[in-house]
Amino acid sequence: MTIRIVHYINQFFAGIGGEEKADHKPEVREGAVGPGIAFQQAFGEEAKIVATVICGDSYFNENMAAATDEVIGMIEKNKPDLVLCGPAFNAGRYGIACGAVAEAVVDRLGVPVVSGMYPENPGVDLYKKSAYIIETSNSAAGMRKAVAPMARLALKLARGEEIGSPEEEGYIPRGIRQNQFASERGSKRAVEMLIKKLKGEEYTTEYPMPVFDRVTPGAAIKDIKKAKIALVSSGGPVPKGNPDRIESSSASKFGKYSLQGIDDLNPENSETAHGGYDPVYANEDLDRVLPVDVLKEMEREGEIGSLHEYWYATVGNGTSVANAKRFAAEIAKDLLAAGVDGVILTST
Amino acid sequence: MVHMCTVVPISLTVGANRIVPTVAIPHPLGNPSLSREDEKKLRRKLVEKALNALQTEVTGQTVFE
Repeated sequence: MTIRIVHYINQFFAGIGGEEKADHKPEVREGAVGPGIAFQQAFGEEAKIVATVICGDSYFNENMAAATDEVIGMIEKNKPDLVLCGPAFNAGRYGIACGAVAEAVVDRLGVPVVSGMYPENPGVDLYKKSAYIIETSNSAAGMRKAVAPMARLALKLARGEEIGSPEEEGYIPRGIRQNQFASERGSKRAVEMLIKKLKGEEYTTEYPMPVFDRVTPGAAIKDIKKAKIALVSSGGPVPKGNPDRIESSSASKFGKYSLQGIDDLNPENSETAHGGYDPVYANEDLDRVLPVDVLKEMEREGEIGSLHEYWYATVGNGTSVANAKRFAAEIAKDLLAAGVDGVILTST
Repeated sequence: MVHMCTVVPISLTVGANRIVPTVAIPHPLGNPSLSREDEKKLRRKLVEKALNALQTEVTGQTVFE
């Protein structure tokens, strides 16, 4: 029996048009369209792209809920055994559309999905848990290279075969742990890894850590008595009542608050928004998280040039690296514009 | 920038270059078991250490114990 496949693509790959046609409403066409033709060749006789659903990227992203419903309706009518989305390469809105369609197909129709994206496509972080996303290059020039692993994985999924590791199949790690039997016990594997590491030999960790970037240290401050110092904190120190409603975990924002007229933090003027640690001590005396009292004192004594008029606060609890990076970039820009020479960042 | 925090390994992992270890997770710059006066002295000491770190040239990640 031939495997039935429905393919989701955007207006550009359907040949309808570029940005000027990005508001194109969902439509369905019989058979393979655009990149679908290369996929059909890769599938041969075993699978057939029975229909292609096309939607403009802007239309999809601006009407996410309605567009998802329409697209899913069109897909469902064609009774697919598997759905292909994209590949979207590094096109952000296309990636998000592919991811949202993939998630809805898996959740609502219970049909497996294969998509393809460049690792930095925002659709990856949002939807890699829902679908297999084959790693592609960042532009459509990588179409040929994307088709083979996407088609291979699609056939495997449709046949109900066991899916290998991300390295074996070429998909972006989904953050899903799978039990497996190892021939050696953990302690032995760990010691063997350690010995390899000590010898400077190559080894493969079983638990990769996320990659954090490194920055060159800033130059030392020459004259602290003339320097403008600013306070930044991930411990959630906010004015009483948390005016910006910074979330107690997985913060989506940071706040900027004036220190004018404040010489000391106390339960009347401030509190912590941070969840995940006992807030009693911080709420009793927020100087324990953000040392305003001491720095104001040192400013009066001339021990520092001045204390920047604003403090910046977010909550570090469960906050994504991507969000933290964005906050940092915005805060740094503000600090530079204000002529700040040094920053004390406090964390709980 | 100087990072004042209690869990120094996290600070090292995320890449801070000047690190001053602090008292405890829920009260990095204080100690509720001390009198208010002594607690403020402790805080001032830590802040002075942080300012000292800002005035120190470093070439890589440095913990100011």
